[in-house]
Amino acid sequence: MEKRDFHIVAETGIHARPATLLVQTASKYNSDINLEYKGKSVNLKSIMGVMSLGVGQGADVTVTADGADEADAINAIADTMKKEGLTE
Amino acid sequence: MSKELKGIAASNGIAVAPAYLLVQPDLSFSKTTVSDVDAEVKRLQKAIQESTDELTKIKDIATKSLGAEEAQVFEAHIMFLSDPEFTGEMEKKINDDQVNAEEAVKEVEDHYVATFQAMKDNAYMQERAADVQDVSKRLLSHLLNKPLPNPALIDKEVIIVAHDLTPSDTAQLNKKYVKAFVTDVGGRTAHSAIMARSLEIPAVVGTNTITQDVQADQRLVVDGTDGDVVVDPTDAQVDDFNKKQAAFEKQKAEWAKLKDAQSVTADGKKVTIGANIGTPKDVQGAVDNGAEAIGLFRSEFLYMDSSELPSEDDQFKAYKAVTEGMKGKQVVVRTMDIGGDKKLPYLPLPKEMNPFLGYRAIRISLSHQDIFRTQLRALLRASAYGKIAIMFPMIATVQEFQEAKAILEDEKDKLIKAGTKVDENIEVGMMMEIPAAAVLADKLAKYADFFSIGTNDLIQYSMAADRGNDAVSYLYQPDNPSIVRLVKNIINSAHKEGKWVGMCGEAAADPNLVPILVGLGLDEYSMSATSILPVRSEIKTLDSKKMADLANKVVTESETSDQTIQMVKDATK
Repeated sequence: MEKRDFHIVAETGIHARPATLLVQTASKYNSDINLEYKGKSVNLKSIMGVMSLGVGQGADVTVTADGADEADAINAIADTMKKEGLTE
Repeated sequence: MSKELKGIAASNGIAVAPAYLLVQPDLSFSKTTVSDVDAEVKRLQKAIQESTDELTKIKDIATKSLGAEEAQVFEAHIMFLSDPEFTGEMEKKINDDQVNAEEAVKEVEDHYVATFQAMKDNAYMQERAADVQDVSKRLLSHLLNKPLPNPALIDKEVIIVAHDLTPSDTAQLNKKYVKAFVTDVGGRTAHSAIMARSLEIPAVVGTNTITQDVQADQRLVVDGTDGDVVVDPTDAQVDDFNKKQAAFEKQKAEWAKLKDAQSVTADGKKVTIGANIGTPKDVQGAVDNGAEAIGLFRSEFLYMDSSELPSEDDQFKAYKAVTEGMKGKQVVVRTMDIGGDKKLPYLPLPKEMNPFLGYRAIRISLSHQDIFRTQLRALLRASAYGKIAIMFPMIATVQEFQEAKAILEDEKDKLIKAGTKVDENIEVGMMMEIPAAAVLADKLAKYADFFSIGTNDLIQYSMAADRGNDAVSYLYQPDNPSIVRLVKNIINSAHKEGKWVGMCGEAAADPNLVPILVGLGLDEYSMSATSILPVRSEIKTLDSKKMADLANKVVTESETSDQTIQMVKDATK
């Protein structure tokens, strides 16, 4: 299992646009991918799940991936976060 | 049987076309228990598929007409529909609780709406509840077989019929096919009316009942010049309107001859007639209608058409495009006028009891200086490409103007020091829309380079009457002598200091008021592009000295709006 922590700096947090792109990215991989925030864990392939966490600016979140392509999945998600300005 | 309706004439011209009802269908239903859960799940899946297909189509069209950024919201909606936590939950509810698909949709919708709305510390996410509601509504419409209006999908000529039109409704319309608007509510200054004039299509607003009086696809005649609507007209009626339309076209051709003419009174006094615009796209219409300036460029669109604060560069590009489009003619840009009824999803503002008397326009700019300075820098940079003037909205006091101007000077100095090219003599003025400022115009004129009178707000604030409220709309009286006196004070005060005065409200194009404004010595008239030539044609017939006598008579003798109108009639016949 791969695990990585992220610190969200974007002013509006993980809002609709980056959430959509994160889910699109996660859906490309076979691994089970979850997003954890404040002790709650949701499926990162679910837009509702991601949005219902309400991740705001300054949040610390953890992404876990479990499966054959877990390492690639985590790297791709980290790229998307950065590209969308969620992380620094 | 034909039926005639009377409304408020909001945009000139006549159109005949089938009605397109932009009306939300009734999507109510009752909760039932189903015995065949598999069949019910299939019914839900069919609705999901149909909704996905519909949204994909809308998304494709929106991408072409509005851009990928704007279409992103539909992409999110499509994802909701394949989300195991959303539609998957609905299926689960049908299976577990044996409820009908409609109830399953509603229960899952309620759950997520409550979740999003509970995010009190995140206004942006709170607003996502609306997306959940939107998608759920679409699912229900397919389950209940009551199609939602999808204005983005219109592909033939229609007349839009709606209770009211919001900016997001009009943003989705394909302008090629929309021949006219008719609405239940609204006045000449409603969004739908302003939009119709900028699209140069006829519109009648405030008919009260049009949405109940017409069926989808029924033929309609809309006469936006006189405010008449005929549902299911006879051929003879259509003929009459066609004749009237032909006469209107002829009149328009007459006006068109004045396109490159100067705006002068009968006795040779020169004034400027400009256009009010909302986006860089409107520049073409302004030029085509012979605008001698842009008297009001509302910068709000930059903020409202975006999901985040517009960057300095994006703003710079927009201002530069308008400035270059006007080829050296003056462009007066009003800084951000957000607040009141205009909200931004990414700039949460507290709910107010009296938003029009609340936190808006320059009041926000002065307390969110980061946003204000970004806009001013973009404007200053664009000023190197033509003739830009900047004006601040909703100035109530001398201090507010001085403070706003000091921030502008500060940014200007910084840009000049950094070697950026700016127009060092850029004019800085203010809107005159608050009665307190109008009364104190002699003092404000010492600091502002110009005034621009915003009659819509000036009248509603002076009369203490909400212009959107039908019950008090009779108080919206541009011809009331009290308003004329305020305008006179503004113009005289400015002229004493050698400053110029424009007017960018609807009143500047009101044929009853133009003679008085000429008499008061107004320097610049700014209006919807389609009004420019009729007003230029009217001014040509007016003698400025006689109109000065008329203005004097109105200010000293008129007691009511009706008396003013009568005096104008007597003086211009």
